[in-house]
Amino acid sequence: MSTYPSDLRYTNDHEWLRDAGSNVTVGITQFAVDQLGDITLVDLPKEGDLVTKGQRFGTIESVKSVSDLYAPCSGTVAKVNAALKDAPELVNQEPYAGGWMIEIAPSERGELDELLSPDAYAAVAQ
Amino acid sequence: MAADGSARKRTPLHDAHTALGARLIDFGGWDMPVQYKAGTIKEHKAVREALGLFDVSHMGEAVLRGPRATEAVQKLTTNDVGGAPVGKAVYTLLCRPDGGIVDDCIFYKRSDTEYFVIVNASNTAKDLAWMREQVGSMVDLDDQSEGTALIAVQGPRAIEVVAGLSPAPIAAMGTFTFLDAEVAGVRTLCARTGYTGEDGVELACPAGDARRLWDALLEAGAPHGALPIGLGARDTLRLEARLPLYGNDLDDTTSPLEAQLGWAVKLGKGDFLGRDALVAQKERGLTRQLVGFRIDDRAIARHGYAVVDRARPADAQAIGVVTSGGPGISVPGSIGLAYVPPALAAPGTTLTIDCRGKDVAATVVKGKFYQRRA
Repeated sequence: MSTYPSDLRYTNDHEWLRDAGSNVTVGITQFAVDQLGDITLVDLPKEGDLVTKGQRFGTIESVKSVSDLYAPCSGTVAKVNAALKDAPELVNQEPYAGGWMIEIAPSERGELDELLSPDAYAAVAQ
Repeated sequence: MAADGSARKRTPLHDAHTALGARLIDFGGWDMPVQYKAGTIKEHKAVREALGLFDVSHMGEAVLRGPRATEAVQKLTTNDVGGAPVGKAVYTLLCRPDGGIVDDCIFYKRSDTEYFVIVNASNTAKDLAWMREQVGSMVDLDDQSEGTALIAVQGPRAIEVVAGLSPAPIAAMGTFTFLDAEVAGVRTLCARTGYTGEDGVELACPAGDARRLWDALLEAGAPHGALPIGLGARDTLRLEARLPLYGNDLDDTTSPLEAQLGWAVKLGKGDFLGRDALVAQKERGLTRQLVGFRIDDRAIARHGYAVVDRARPADAQAIGVVTSGGPGISVPGSIGLAYVPPALAAPGTTLTIDCRGKDVAATVVKGKFYQRRA
């Protein structure tokens, strides 16, 4: 069984969220990466776009399949990881670091309390 | 179906896959490796640049035997299997009387009275029933699927590695020929065939010998860069070589002519199942045909996506369908196959594909996406 970084919060859809105090950073978990296999394309929103908790904010394509990415909280996209355009494999290589996807300026910080703890997520991801 | 795969069928190499760290998935009821530790892209490249080993033991095998065996295979097949020389492997379709494809498969002619056949895993039961129904009274039909393992060794270094483990003249074999060869001390039917666009062989052997053969091939291949290859890379390799996949590009409702497999249909060989329908279809002209396409945009068109014409009324815009698609790994862009009206089949034609609600432009391309250097 995998363990998940203790400083992150998680969704049932296998996204992670790192709360830096003002903005939050979002990516997908090692479990999601293992399920997807080699990632070949990540389609992300633009800076300034609005995202809604639980709604699609992008798509991720692996060799075999295409999946939606769901926003873990509502807010405005503050930053996009432009490196993924030419190097989508970063998501495979370092899902919690260089493979991050977007930064969100949350509009409802209360939503963050609804996210899963590492232990609760570990029970989901199996 | 149990989530851990325990209810699925296993090949004789299942333990080897587990030991190699494979990720196993349900493939037509079989617990099969989709990838190993290296991952699909590295596995794909290993086959293009060195060699790879595939466990395809889930495929079905049978022997047709008897004085009327040639007559029986000529009835079943679209290609001139019965007219081939002994020692030849022949790709063919099995067609229904209406011209729809029951399966695509390879027949191996051992003599005028004995043929070996390898069929798609997911079609094994259907094919065997079909053959029994059509020619059961003419030949002895022996289903050998259970006791037979199949290992494909593919890539530019494949022949060198296999030949090094065998006293048989494997390097001298012509393409689409076979011989009975001992490889690593295991008795095999060794055929110079494959499903990757690379040189190589496919080795059929008794199930009980499969692990010994697999381990010997992996060990002998390792210094050359050999990797075990999962179904993920098997699919990307075959698509780049533009080899059709039954269930995706071919099925009971598609004809060999629509699928651009007319080269494997020999209308002049005499009567066979589906011949009249195919002759009629040829005279009438096709209403759709399978084309290859390339997308230069950042998008992948996958199985089931619609080819659309936005100039048509809203309820009639879908004019074709993507049957296979994925990222090019040894070729640029993303690639795929689609059935389209003949008016849109010429190389260079621009197609519009609805990729999950986004219209993407694709270009019809001729021939294989990937062609190995001679």
